[in-house]
Amino acid sequence: MEILVCIKQVPGTNKVEIDPVSGVLKRDGVDSKMNPYDLYALESALRLREQVGGKITVITMGPGQATEIIREAYAMGADHGILVSDRKFAGADVLATSYTLSQAIKTAGHFDIIFCGKQTTDGDTAQVGSEISEFLGIPSATNVTAIHEAGEESITVEMGLSNTVETVEIQLPCLLCVDKGIYQPRLPSYIKKKLTQDREITVLSLADLPDQSTARYGLSGSPTQVQRIFSPDVNDDQQLWDGNAEELSQRLADLLIGQKFVRR
Amino acid sequence: MSYKVFDDQDYKRILEIVGDCDRVLYRDDVGEDYSHDELGDITSHPDIVIKVCSTEEVAAVIKYACSQRIPITPRGSGTGLVGAAVPVEHGILLDLSGMNRILELDEENMTVTVEPGVLLMDLSQFVEENQLFYPPDPGEKSATIGGNISTNAGGMRAVKYGVTRDYVRGLEVVLPNGNIVRLGGKTVKNSSGYALKDLMVGAEGTLGVVTKAVLKLLPLPKKTISLLVPFPSLDRAIGAVPLIIRSQAVPTAVEFMEQEVIKDAERYLGLAFPVTNADAYLLLKFDGNTKADIERDYDSVAQICLDQGATDVLIMDTEERSETVWKARGAFLEAIKASTCAMDEVDVVVPRSCIGEMVDFIHKLQKTVGIRIKSFGHAGDGNLHIYVLRDELTDIQWEQRKMSAMDAMYKKARELHGEVSGEHGIGYVKQPYLKESLAEDLLLIMQGIKQVFDPDNILNPGKVCW
Repeated sequence: MEILVCIKQVPGTNKVEIDPVSGVLKRDGVDSKMNPYDLYALESALRLREQVGGKITVITMGPGQATEIIREAYAMGADHGILVSDRKFAGADVLATSYTLSQAIKTAGHFDIIFCGKQTTDGDTAQVGSEISEFLGIPSATNVTAIHEAGEESITVEMGLSNTVETVEIQLPCLLCVDKGIYQPRLPSYIKKKLTQDREITVLSLADLPDQSTARYGLSGSPTQVQRIFSPDVNDDQQLWDGNAEELSQRLADLLIGQKFVRR
Repeated sequence: MSYKVFDDQDYKRILEIVGDCDRVLYRDDVGEDYSHDELGDITSHPDIVIKVCSTEEVAAVIKYACSQRIPITPRGSGTGLVGAAVPVEHGILLDLSGMNRILELDEENMTVTVEPGVLLMDLSQFVEENQLFYPPDPGEKSATIGGNISTNAGGMRAVKYGVTRDYVRGLEVVLPNGNIVRLGGKTVKNSSGYALKDLMVGAEGTLGVVTKAVLKLLPLPKKTISLLVPFPSLDRAIGAVPLIIRSQAVPTAVEFMEQEVIKDAERYLGLAFPVTNADAYLLLKFDGNTKADIERDYDSVAQICLDQGATDVLIMDTEERSETVWKARGAFLEAIKASTCAMDEVDVVVPRSCIGEMVDFIHKLQKTVGIRIKSFGHAGDGNLHIYVLRDELTDIQWEQRKMSAMDAMYKKARELHGEVSGEHGIGYVKQPYLKESLAEDLLLIMQGIKQVFDPDNILNPGKVCW
């Protein structure tokens, strides 16, 4: 089975500062890492490969230093990596990013299953996965919380939706956005890291992609305009409840269910 | 030695001293929690609990207790494991957990001045927000710094950074006669007479009550990377430790753990450990200023581990990755506790070169004595945490087997030139073992020291070297 995993390099800490003047994330001097949600996508791919065999390719779009996370994916067990990188891709919003990735995926070959994480910790839009599937014209499932059965023609997965759990059988090729917690991601291996330190990474630039119209890429291909980025207010409201154990436990249970922290 | 029994008259006087009845709990108002510590092996109720809020108040209460010969026991969060904060002679329990202010951060002298009730987790968060670092790192983060000082707590970074005593620059202490003294201060050096400050650290509240501490800080290392190293057997894992310590790169922590304890922690926390296929693991932590620096450091250590039979070396270079593993490590004690109905602990420390022999001995002891024993600990500094578990044993079986297991373990530790306690202290319950391990002269000196500080023996009586 040919498996592809989309990964992204994000700031290494959650405490990223926002430049008050430009409203842009301060990335200088900040460590970077693989988007934590993508670890679940990669782990799902590794488990699937253990089950049905095949090859795992990871793909990322970003500057040259994004090869670090491809090396990291190698140390976790991925077979091949593609970096999609070109100055003309800079400033891409979700639409342009998804389009660029879909073009690169078409160039890279045929994949039976494409795994994406639920969202990234920097952009947080949770749209790129679904948009890639649209551009590729393949079905997708989001919020995938379990993978049941993978066959030659289709795969059966569980989608954790807000009120229900939906089990779907999806025809291959398809794209799956997996949820956090589907599996515990494995740790990168020092042995694998050493073994793969010279492994090749394919680099694709605009010149390699089928659609050469620059208007679809980067800033010019991005209809989204960011007005302002700010940290959300932290809500530290507190409530004090009085009552006996029975009343209080009922009230607490109602609240947790109402806020969807637990399922009834 | 007999004490005055605390009565209503004393209660009245205490109320006058404290002047706030909300901070005084008397007789039936004293909660059950105040009668034991974390392990709960020994219980004894205080007559009165005073939630003190200032040095002067502590001094006034102690002065009164001294004048009336009422025993007085200081207590922090009650997370101790050897009964040091249990008022075995009843009387007054001084609850210092409310004295929890961080008083001063002195960036020029790299010190922080705190009250004793500050929790370890709050202290580290505070200094780290200021790009500074308080290295002692015991597993129990809800312990108070006063408790840490009283036991000379060690923790997981001891391999590289040392223990609490190494970071206490100065103390404000209320002596058993109620006088307030300052020991040490912000100076880096001090060769002025006997090292009383160092004596107070680890005295378990028997020589004075710490009401303020000046702690030494270091610059905060910018980055840490941990390695989780699976081994096919515990022997192999422990065997690698001396070689790791001897290598150029000094890890901040070298912990060992076994499959079974990890399983307990997974169950207890409801989380999945990222690897499960090895019998034993070493958990190593490195710190430094850049990822590249640390990677250079750990490379030689990773090679040593592989040469010693490790099946791989797993890298935890992000917060998420480290968190799952260190969270499990931090919960071992609670997880083991949850796996049985009662337990007792041993916190012996042996020379690092002997840790393999000690662990091997404990493994075999389970069979000879017929009791379940679990251990984990600081492989890098020779300090083992060993837990003897009751499970289905009857009262008599439990008492007998526990005693013979404990005796055997302390005897073995002595043979290996180890000490009774690495970091939990002696408190109440470990006194017989301390007495066995100390030369008679030394025990007499310890008792003499107590006598000089506290001739009436009112401060935390019945502890350490009683």
